[in-house]
Amino acid sequence: MECQECHQRPATLHFTQVINGEKTEVYVCEVCAKEEGYMSYPEEGFSLHHLLSGLFDSAFESPKGTLGQQKKELQCPKCEMTLSEFRRAGKFGCPACYETFADNLDPIFRRVHSGNTKHYGKIPARAFGDMRVKKQVDAYKEELQRLIKNEAFEEAATVRDKIKELEEETRGEDT
Amino acid sequence: MTLQHFMKEAISPWMRENGPDNDIVLSSRIRLARNFAQYSFPILANEADLQHISEFIRQEYEHQSFQDYHDFAFVPVKDLTPIERRVLVEKHLISPHLAEQDHASAVLISKNEQVSIMVNEEDHLRVQLYYPGFQLNKSLNKVFELDDWLEGKIDYAFDEKRGYLTGCPTNVGTGMRASVMMHLPALALTQRISRMIPAINQLGLVVRGVYGEGSQATGNLFQISNQITLGKSEEDIVEDLQSVVRELIEHERTARNHIMSQSQTRLEDRIYRSYGIMTCGRIIESKEAAKCLSDVRLGIDLGMIENVSRNILNELMVLTQPGFLQQYAKKTLTPHERDVLRASLIRERMQLEN
Repeated sequence: MECQECHQRPATLHFTQVINGEKTEVYVCEVCAKEEGYMSYPEEGFSLHHLLSGLFDSAFESPKGTLGQQKKELQCPKCEMTLSEFRRAGKFGCPACYETFADNLDPIFRRVHSGNTKHYGKIPARAFGDMRVKKQVDAYKEELQRLIKNEAFEEAATVRDKIKELEEETRGEDT
Repeated sequence: MTLQHFMKEAISPWMRENGPDNDIVLSSRIRLARNFAQYSFPILANEADLQHISEFIRQEYEHQSFQDYHDFAFVPVKDLTPIERRVLVEKHLISPHLAEQDHASAVLISKNEQVSIMVNEEDHLRVQLYYPGFQLNKSLNKVFELDDWLEGKIDYAFDEKRGYLTGCPTNVGTGMRASVMMHLPALALTQRISRMIPAINQLGLVVRGVYGEGSQATGNLFQISNQITLGKSEEDIVEDLQSVVRELIEHERTARNHIMSQSQTRLEDRIYRSYGIMTCGRIIESKEAAKCLSDVRLGIDLGMIENVSRNILNELMVLTQPGFLQQYAKKTLTPHERDVLRASLIRERMQLEN
């Protein structure tokens, strides 16, 4: 496929832009992507800074106009980044910003991460150990249901023992 | 470990080992973005906080070892000359963004150069780990253990709902970027790769050239990585990437066989011409070097060229980059001087092989 901008080089980058709810597909080469502002960092093809700002704009200009009605602008109590600064930079100032701007983040994450807003995956071992165990137990329970449904009772028994073991471990820590 | 050690060799020690499918996959990499809970992200943090982080990392991890990753060297970016910074970028030990930093930015590198931990890049920590060949699962397991080891002394910025918190919304969640570097000369030659890229993008993966500017991947080296970091577990992300890489390996092998059966003489001509340039050329531009290296490497893979090691592509790709050439010459070189030195280094290296 050739580049939509220069029609000379082959297109090596593909962008999906969502502006005001309308999806546009863009196929360009790296040179044009840089020149036409599809990306701002020459080394990070997918940091999509400009594109992100675009996404942010549409995320904040929601039809409900909730933000427009707010008199006082949201500001992070820890790093003092304001909502408009966050929009402009496309970057968070500190971990607390996630809490401060929580109500405005779902649309952004949904667009950047293919509709996802919630983390599934690794949990810090030391600081969030309990949460890690809880998630593991949940995962085992799901597996247990599946195994029972498939009448794989022998394997189900092993999984059930694992759940018991984990639950006893955490109970032991509580006392 | 000293800085000089990392400057001397173009090829990192771990690259000398053979990995699975290394005729096509040169290396696998996993990168984790991590931040300290109590400090602002580097773009907004004050100098004192960044110094604090940097000093903490130096005190806790310099000269420490974890499993196979021995004797971490702590290298402050501000102590590096522009050429030295460039060399570390060319060896993929630091990012171009880190190379531009001053003040409190640094990098922690293991003796075998398999692990590098960037300090105060876009995030407080960028932990990256490499394995030769196609070994994403192993890389993931190892980087998890390394991450737990680091976390033993650091309170990470983590949120139950959003996962690992990062400076940029594109990294939040797992904070993980998994990637493989692939040599795909036959798919590039038959122009199939440009048709495959949009399909790969649809799966939430990104394909881009590793070296060089412009749209053409210089040296037919492509990096495939995940784009999405939120809502999918690390294992699932790696699994998705793996299945696409497996497909690409199959397609590349098929394309190689196809070219061999359809136009063997033309391919041989192309490969031996490149071999000729590398053994006899006197002025070689970086783009030409990359093309010749790719051709010769393909010749080695197809059994046309014998007695030249496969590693030559990885090694000369780095050795012939502008930063490394100038490090070798110990001075700043004009583009023309670089082209002459590049040709002479390639010639010498080829003679060593024969």
